Amino acid sequence: MKPRFVLRSSTPWWRGPLLIAFAAVATFAITAALIRWAGGNPIAAYRYMFINPLQSKFGITESVLAATPLVFTGAAVALAFRSGYWNIGAEGQLLAGTIGATWFGLHAEGLPKIVAVPGVLIAGAICGAVWALVPALLRSRLGIDEVVTTLLLNPVALLVITGLLNGPWRNSETGFPDSDVVAESVMMPIVWPGSRVHFGLIAGGLLALGCWWYVARMAGGLRLRAVGLAPGAARIAGLEVERTLLATALASGAIAGVGGASEISGVAHQLTIGISSGFGYTGVIVATLAALNFIGGVVVALLLGVINVGSFSASRALSIPSTMGEVVQSVLLITVVAALVINKFRIVWKAADK
Amino acid sequence: MNNGPTSSIWLKEIRKSYGATVALDGVTLGIRPGEVHALLGENGAGKTTLMKTLFGLTQPDSGQIEIDGNAAVISTPRDARAAGIGMVTQHFSLVKTMTVAENLALANTRLVRVDLDGARETARTANDRFGIDVPADSLISELPVALQQRVEILKALAAGCRYLILDEPTAVLGPRDVDALLDVMRRLRDEESMAVVLISHKMKEIERIADRVSVLRRGSVVASTDAKGMTSQELIKLMVGTENQKETGSRDRTTGSGEAASTGARESGLAGVGSKGVVLKVNGVSTAKEVGGLNDVSFEVRAGEILGVAGVSGNGQTDLVEVLSGTLRPSAGEITVSGEVIDAPRPAALMAAGMGILGEDRHASAVHQLPVVENLVLDQLRSFTKWGQLNRKAMAARCDEAITQFEIKATPDQTLGTLSGGNMQKVLLARLFGRSPKVAVVSQPTRGLDVASTWYVRSLISSARDEGTGVVLVSEDLDEVLELADRVAVMYRGRILAVVSAREATRERIGELMAGVTQ
Amino acid sequence: MIDIIVDLIAASLRIGTPLLLAALGELITERSGVLNLGIEGIMYASAFSGIAAASYSGSLWIGLIVAVLTGLVAGLLLAFLTVTLGVNQHVAGLGLTLFLISVSNTVNRILFTADGGQVRVDPWRSIGFGGPIFDQYVFTYGTLLVGVPFVWWLVWRSGLGLRIRAVGENPEAADVAGIHVARTRYQAILIGTVFMSLAGAFITLAYVGQFTINIINGRGWVALALVIFGRWNVGRCIAGAALFSLVNAGQLQLRLVPALADVPFELLLALPYLAVIIGLAISGRNVPYPTSYLKPYRRL
Repeated sequence: MKPRFVLRSSTPWWRGPLLIAFAAVATFAITAALIRWAGGNPIAAYRYMFINPLQSKFGITESVLAATPLVFTGAAVALAFRSGYWNIGAEGQLLAGTIGATWFGLHAEGLPKIVAVPGVLIAGAICGAVWALVPALLRSRLGIDEVVTTLLLNPVALLVITGLLNGPWRNSETGFPDSDVVAESVMMPIVWPGSRVHFGLIAGGLLALGCWWYVARMAGGLRLRAVGLAPGAARIAGLEVERTLLATALASGAIAGVGGASEISGVAHQLTIGISSGFGYTGVIVATLAALNFIGGVVVALLLGVINVGSFSASRALSIPSTMGEVVQSVLLITVVAALVINKFRIVWKAADK
Repeated sequence: MNNGPTSSIWLKEIRKSYGATVALDGVTLGIRPGEVHALLGENGAGKTTLMKTLFGLTQPDSGQIEIDGNAAVISTPRDARAAGIGMVTQHFSLVKTMTVAENLALANTRLVRVDLDGARETARTANDRFGIDVPADSLISELPVALQQRVEILKALAAGCRYLILDEPTAVLGPRDVDALLDVMRRLRDEESMAVVLISHKMKEIERIADRVSVLRRGSVVASTDAKGMTSQELIKLMVGTENQKETGSRDRTTGSGEAASTGARESGLAGVGSKGVVLKVNGVSTAKEVGGLNDVSFEVRAGEILGVAGVSGNGQTDLVEVLSGTLRPSAGEITVSGEVIDAPRPAALMAAGMGILGEDRHASAVHQLPVVENLVLDQLRSFTKWGQLNRKAMAARCDEAITQFEIKATPDQTLGTLSGGNMQKVLLARLFGRSPKVAVVSQPTRGLDVASTWYVRSLISSARDEGTGVVLVSEDLDEVLELADRVAVMYRGRILAVVSAREATRERIGELMAGVTQ
Repeated sequence: MIDIIVDLIAASLRIGTPLLLAALGELITERSGVLNLGIEGIMYASAFSGIAAASYSGSLWIGLIVAVLTGLVAGLLLAFLTVTLGVNQHVAGLGLTLFLISVSNTVNRILFTADGGQVRVDPWRSIGFGGPIFDQYVFTYGTLLVGVPFVWWLVWRSGLGLRIRAVGENPEAADVAGIHVARTRYQAILIGTVFMSLAGAFITLAYVGQFTINIINGRGWVALALVIFGRWNVGRCIAGAALFSLVNAGQLQLRLVPALADVPFELLLALPYLAVIIGLAISGRNVPYPTSYLKPYRRL
């Protein structure tokens, strides 16, 4: 007997959610083995990971804080993927954004907040877009695969940060490779009193909303979708495919860059080598799990924020590695994309041929 | 049906449907050795589907295949080959980046060994035995189409096939290559006593070579008889149903409201048309492609006329349409649209100047996953935009209007990919004519459409002409060209061989020109 | 001066070995029409599992075998996702990379670093035949003398290679010729992952002798770029790997130049990546991607 996949003509409404549930169960099953190996009780670990953060105000606000950069990178990746531009460089673009924001923050002493905060976000956006520029030009002008070039620029961005922190931006007091604290004026206000949740969350939410609005409601968004779904047909309809790709790639980079600026100005207040724990790569997970839907992306980002915070408390309580959160997220990505594809097909078992 | 019991392959009661469309409605057919068996039928009659079933490329919903009296299960081409069945499909199954020998060796590679010498030997013996001469060590991509086709035939023969199916093999060939192919078919029949199934809708070939002819119409065999004594008229009658249905039907629908104007224009010939301005001027256009490219093509189209472009496929029509749509850059020449010279033609620039295109592959022009309404305005977004925002109300109004006017059977929010071919074509035509283009280039507008859609699409084209659009109609369907065109340009080997006015454009004259005969 | 050049070449050979191995693996995979974006993760997981097994068993050979098995399991997963299910290859591959890296880091903490340790082995030593250039690891000799000719033969001369190329260019035609498209792609992916895991194992079991976080550091992405730069040809991939390694070895030498002492070494470290991007920009135009690249195959 051999399985064969046959495209379904119609899908009952309950199948999608059911398969996603299966994906979640499969994720638990797979990661449970690893948690046991680490000497933890999987059920307890999951309680820490998914339930615990939601049981205290601190847990909730820390989760929202952890979700904030993912809101940006998720939107950045979803926007690019929607246009058929495979930007896997959100990590590098976010890091570039932190550089721009830090530079601005180190030179913004004395500016009024009303100027400084938008300024720092714009500085991040510009640097993110600049970091996205070379792959975008290579793709739209010369047709060179953007996957490889965006990926390669990610470690380069980290090297630039390391270079800056070991050189000109080395902390003037401690001598450690962390930058000085940025000017008070560029720090974004806290929006949830008694927590560290900052204005970046609102900025990210608004950007995601803006992306949704643009893609669903604006003429440019229709162009972007048409280019992503069928570039040939879009070209025949007179759309400027290359220009659309270039613009989308830059916008995607800018959004990721603002995400970086939001980390600097909202919570970290200084540039460190570990400023991003793979936010750009996690953005791909966010966008994919949300099926490239922008509003869904915010929800998924919040879920992953919970997992991030939860995995740290699980790590402390059960002394299992905190990297378990990343394992859960990546397994979830794999099982969900598999489930989404299986949803479109039915499996027919037939006798092996020959 | 009088297939004798000597038939070696019997297809029995084969049924196949795609969704609501019934492709094969219980077909029974016999094929026997030593015969060229022609399968005749209109586009969409089910010829190709039937033969793909026999070759294991599609699975029938029901029905049986018997070989020499035994029931056979053919679920893959591998099974078919084992049963001695070979097929040359319209799209060749060749790996273009490989050599002839590698393609020949592909079917029986082992993990390690590739028998390239054996493949070369096959090629050599094929030349002696069947008169098929192919250069074994050339890359497929460097061979002309006729030779690629021979490699395909050779592949089937090398696999030891006794039944050879050829799906519209002459559609891509010039007259001399057709003769050579018919010779090969004769040798296979007479010297190897093989069965050759020839899918075709060209009467002349069938008259020349077929021993037996089966006619399919709408998924059923309407006749299967000895080819001798059948006249073209009789075959056409079988193929299209009652003798004049197609003819009168199309008259009714095509001309309809615009009858007087249309016939008026034709009666007055070029004089009436000539008084209006030239809307499209193509001057000395060439493309770099060696096969199927353009070679110094020049012509003019005036407002309110249809210039039909006829020709055997592969003589440059595809390149012509791509150049006019801006997706292929010409290597030389100039295009002028309503007086405006377009340098470095790109789709957007051409469209801005008043050009509208309906490409030959409607699927390539349609964004399948987007709804009808968004596809409908994709090339004229500016008129449906306010402050960068899509004006959904105006879009919906336009869509409703188009759905009523063009009789599109779909809702505005239905994704385009779920529409039938005819309705998809109507959406694209609605988009094209919705911009009121000065020039409309329509390529194979009715290919694969059912009869009703075909009539409708043709009537749209002629009414666009009546409203003053200059139309370039590129079609492989000669009847379509003769029915609609005011002037007919015939393409041959990348050139325009002649432009003939509708009155002088008889089937015979155009047919000769298509074969490259200028006298 | 001669000494510097000799050192440069000798270092390039060491740096280039894992890149070339990984690029060869990716080349075989992509020839079948499948992109393996899991390459970075496969190298990472193999580097870790190889050294972990070696440290527990005390045998580098067992480490090598475990590394290869790791790669095969990962390859099987990727093949199931991309070939059997037809999941988007960018997402599947990147997901696999993220999964393998996070699992490796987790297991590393469970087994080794929980109590502040770090996994180390006594690595394979280089074998010298006189002079620095001919003082290389078995991997390097093996890659150049066995790996390269083998891959060339596999792709261009063997039956399997013919099938892989056919499946990558025209899966419909291959199917009609009786070739199992899915099986062939599985084979290509699995052979490819063996090469990728050898590349990962080389880094921990020979080159470095220990496992640290982020040890692969984008080498997989570089290999990916080399395949495009190499236009899916073995010879051009070698040229690309040589170029990259020379730049990399060169920047190591530059750090020793007193005049450049003030240049942050991180910027020099970034040079090789930039060199690859520039290389792609110059020669990556109109490259002949396998026609069915990224397209899952399903019989209609």
